[in-house]
Amino acid sequence: MLVIDFILEPLQFAFMTKAVIVSVVVGVTLAIMSCFLILKSWALLGDAISHAVLPGVVVAYLLGIPFGLGAFVAAMLAVVLIGYIKSNTKIKEDAVMGIVFTMFFSLGIMMISKVISSVDLTHVLFGEVLGISNESAWYTIITLTLVSIAVLAFRRVFTVFCFDPTHGRAIGLPMTLLHYSFLVLLAIAITGSIQTVGIILVIAMLITPGSTAFLLTKRFSTMIWIAVAASVFSSLVGAYSSYYFDIATGGTIVFVQSIIFLLVLVYTKLLPQRSR
Amino acid sequence: MSNIAISLKDVTVNYGDKRALTEASIDIPYHTFTGVIGMNGAGKSTMFKVIMGLVKPESGDVTICDDPVGIAQKHGHVAYVPQSEDVDWDFPVSVYDVVMMGRYGKQNAFKTAKKEDHEHVTRALEQVRMLDHKHHQIGELSGGQKKRVFVARALAQGADILLLDEPFAGLDATSEKSLIELFVRLKEEGKTVILATHDLLSLPDTCDHVALVKYTVVAHGPTKKVFTKDLVEQTFDGLLHHIKFD
Repeated sequence: MLVIDFILEPLQFAFMTKAVIVSVVVGVTLAIMSCFLILKSWALLGDAISHAVLPGVVVAYLLGIPFGLGAFVAAMLAVVLIGYIKSNTKIKEDAVMGIVFTMFFSLGIMMISKVISSVDLTHVLFGEVLGISNESAWYTIITLTLVSIAVLAFRRVFTVFCFDPTHGRAIGLPMTLLHYSFLVLLAIAITGSIQTVGIILVIAMLITPGSTAFLLTKRFSTMIWIAVAASVFSSLVGAYSSYYFDIATGGTIVFVQSIIFLLVLVYTKLLPQRSR
Repeated sequence: MSNIAISLKDVTVNYGDKRALTEASIDIPYHTFTGVIGMNGAGKSTMFKVIMGLVKPESGDVTICDDPVGIAQKHGHVAYVPQSEDVDWDFPVSVYDVVMMGRYGKQNAFKTAKKEDHEHVTRALEQVRMLDHKHHQIGELSGGQKKRVFVARALAQGADILLLDEPFAGLDATSEKSLIELFVRLKEEGKTVILATHDLLSLPDTCDHVALVKYTVVAHGPTKKVFTKDLVEQTFDGLLHHIKFD
């Protein structure tokens, strides 16, 4: 079979076309976010948000609305609770995040055990992009495209936010607004991606592509391009693996990303620093 | 317009029940080079934060270039050169990018640089003699060069007042000397330079004004008047055997 057939043949099915487009949009958006997230050292926060969405997903399931919407509400509640506990107690931020995200996650597990079948639970936890509904697909494509546009349009102020917030405040940039904007964008990006990679693995898509790119370049714009390329390639491999071999999409995407990371790591260790 | 660049009047700042500054008052005139000295945790950083508007005092008045702090921020009157340990030197930004950040206060929400912004950045890099390094990633520079980049950002910002937190920490004697020459030149060109430093040895040769800080401003004025054995010992609890006073 020709390579071109291998690629095109599945696309005659609407569900597969939909899956490929959604996977690519997810890959692009999370890769862009990942560049900011790892430079801001917010990987743990991303993990916290992704777990905290579970009860929101269950409620969305019961109400018959897109998962992403319910997940977004849960994510915002978790972020507000984390912020409140952090500013009003002496407990350190990482511990607060750990408490809050496991609280939400465990509540979600309890709710699921009563109301959803175990097959659906697997989809929520690990993703199932081939079975995505039209409604959810459009929700994901529209929200994530808007997130990507917003982050790229304001990339310069977000860079100051990550690199030197003190300077930002000293010249009167709205750093608190940027802080919350970034959190909201992050929550939307995570919740829009759940159907593709699932709650457990979405954090990998928010850390690995940016980290891979960070090893390869000292320019931020190049970093974004490399992260997006690595992420989109992984997403496509994930979608096609689901189709041809019936392997979980999310698992494949993240595993391919990890392999790319390892290859790049080996490459950068073998190559002298100055030639990069 | 008065000749006072920064004026604090009875400024009090507490962090919870920990006192940082109590009724601190100081007037720093334009075109001076002031060294702010005091022990660790004596309130130097808090004083800087108040001047930059990062910390709101519980009581007291702060005036920057005759404006309240919020207005001064909008005008970009004050620029801050961070301590080296507070900067992520692996961050993928070039020297040019960092200096351009000085222009962000004057640009639209998307921070698209105009011709005029590029001119300011280039001029600022020339002033600190770092134009040849503009494409380098910031972590590739030496300690002294790193400081110069942030000074250039302050110049690109158009700030009249430069705050420098421990600028000589970790620098060798040569870099320190050339950095001091740069500060003196900037002062002569009309900037007001204020630095927090531990380096008491070279201070009398460097700064024309001194502020002694110990939970308040103990004394402030021309170096010759204020940098005396009694006052400095009072500020440092008498732990100074290695300093020679004229």
